[in-house]
Amino acid sequence: MEILVCVRRVPDTSENEIQLSSAGNDIERDDLVYSVNEPDNYAVEEAIQIAANAGGNVTVVTVGSEEDEEVLRREMAMGANQGVLLSDDAFAGSDGKGIATILKALVQKGHYDLVLTGTQAEDGGAQVGGMLAALLDYPFASLVNAITVLDGGKLKISREIEGGNREMSEIDLPCVLSIQTGINEPRYVGMRGIRQVASVEIPTFGTSDLGVDPASVGTAGAKVKRTDYFMPVLGKGAEILQGSQEEIIDQLIELMKAKGGLN
Amino acid sequence: MALKFKGVDFIEFDTLLNDDERLVRDNTRKFIEENLVPVIEQCNRDGRFPKELIKPMGELGFYGAGLKGYGCAGMSSVEYGLMTQELERGDSGVRSFVSVQSGLCMYPISAFGSEEQKQKYLPKMALGEILGCFGLTEPDAGSNPSAMRTRARKDGNEYVLNGEKMWITSGSIADIAIIWAKVENEDNLIRGFIVETDRPGFKAADVHGKWSLRASVTSSLSLQDVRIPLDNLLPGSGGLKSPLSCLNQARYGIAWGAIGAAMACYDCSLQYSQFRKQFRDQPIASHQLVQEKLVWMISEITKAQLLALQVGRLKDVGKAKPWHVSMAKRNNVWMALECARMGRDILGGNGIADEYPIFRHMANLESVKTYEGTHDIHTLIIGEHITGYAAF
Repeated sequence: MEILVCVRRVPDTSENEIQLSSAGNDIERDDLVYSVNEPDNYAVEEAIQIAANAGGNVTVVTVGSEEDEEVLRREMAMGANQGVLLSDDAFAGSDGKGIATILKALVQKGHYDLVLTGTQAEDGGAQVGGMLAALLDYPFASLVNAITVLDGGKLKISREIEGGNREMSEIDLPCVLSIQTGINEPRYVGMRGIRQVASVEIPTFGTSDLGVDPASVGTAGAKVKRTDYFMPVLGKGAEILQGSQEEIIDQLIELMKAKGGLN
Repeated sequence: MALKFKGVDFIEFDTLLNDDERLVRDNTRKFIEENLVPVIEQCNRDGRFPKELIKPMGELGFYGAGLKGYGCAGMSSVEYGLMTQELERGDSGVRSFVSVQSGLCMYPISAFGSEEQKQKYLPKMALGEILGCFGLTEPDAGSNPSAMRTRARKDGNEYVLNGEKMWITSGSIADIAIIWAKVENEDNLIRGFIVETDRPGFKAADVHGKWSLRASVTSSLSLQDVRIPLDNLLPGSGGLKSPLSCLNQARYGIAWGAIGAAMACYDCSLQYSQFRKQFRDQPIASHQLVQEKLVWMISEITKAQLLALQVGRLKDVGKAKPWHVSMAKRNNVWMALECARMGRDILGGNGIADEYPIFRHMANLESVKTYEGTHDIHTLIIGEHITGYAAF
């Protein structure tokens, strides 16, 4: 099975204190530590496992610049067979549909049976997977937390729904799935893997390689534009208890009793 | 109190590293953070080496990571150094285990071993399926290994080994020991031997009551008429320079490892000082004397990073000399030990509890200062190089 996994390099929220830029329409990006978007890493692990069990090949792709190549190498060191970087000045400023348009061109250029994305980018809005499926006219399932390969070009998939229930579905290949964290335990990147992929060339495709109209992507094609970025004003939800430690504990117990948290 | 460790980088040190180097560091950090940090204090308290990590570390390619071929990762020296830094941020004992397996056992097999020996041992050692220990130091031969008493005698198709080795990391858990001995039939030339630890006459006894490296196994070895086939000789070994070249590999890793221990102490001290309030309800980080200590620590860590990196870059182009490695080991372990002591001071009474990692690092670093060439021996190696006079 040929599997394509769409990954993204995002600011690592566990390593950074995110602050607004002075212009106020973005976060301060100098000195940020980046890493692979966590849900995407689960998607790659799932793809590697499917390929190991059912046979096949895993390709990781990202839309970005040279700097984004590091997440492709990371995922290749983890076990993906190859990486593709989609990079072009015309891609800058793409909205969700723009990214999906670029990815669609790659999917049509290759022959992928299964396309995986993470459930959402940590700095995004969970748009690309669904839009990509629609543009390709492929079936789509979101929030997938288990996959079994069935005979006859089908997958059995599970999705967690409210209340902890599980919904099981069958889906025809080719399809697009967005993968939920927790579907597996992503492996560590091994030292041997890092060395093995260090010298592997990662092909880069731009608008002309992909046959993408520059006017349909990037800032030119974006119909969703970010206008503002701000920290909400602190609300009045918090109550600071005053007094000695013992007094604070007593007050806390009373409060918890009053709210039904303690019997 | 503990916040996630984010690394210590005051001068954009990361910009001096390439993508692969950062990837090695970050992934080792993640592994250590998730697998060693949660258990290390209890291991230290119990005097237990976390054997459960042997196999996972092998699968990740930590052992012999700097060697090429035979299932080894083939990392650059800088990558290898960054890996040991992260291991030792976890614990010096666990880093010691990896250093011994890699620099002191796999390296000599790779450098002095026959092709058959390399094929037989290196791939399994890289996976942690065969563990090694390194027998050079003796009860009466520490800084002066040429005074060793262990002897090998050729007898027909065998060598017969007799002697005692002391302070041997992993001694009682090892499957093979690289034993250095003077060969009686060869003018007492020092040579290396692979000795399977289940041979009759080979005994390992653990050192108990250690205040340091409690999460690592330290043993003494006794060899009484241990007979090994002639094929167990490391054919390329000859003279004291053979074991010393192994030590040079391991010392290089220690120079980086010590930075990791110092980072752990600095990170803990900084966080503690920002939470701990004394005098007018102010964090102690706002006190001038505390700031002075923290500034000393970050300055020394930064200098140590640059020193280790430059020695690593030299090593990668084949230009690192023993005295370069000596300076890095000597300086970085000293600075790490001083950081640990200052950190303990910043934490006050809390600094002596194993709720915080500082005292454990401090105790560990006392060993690290002494092993693989004491601080003073490295002084003399550098001294000899710059003056031309050997003062040993």
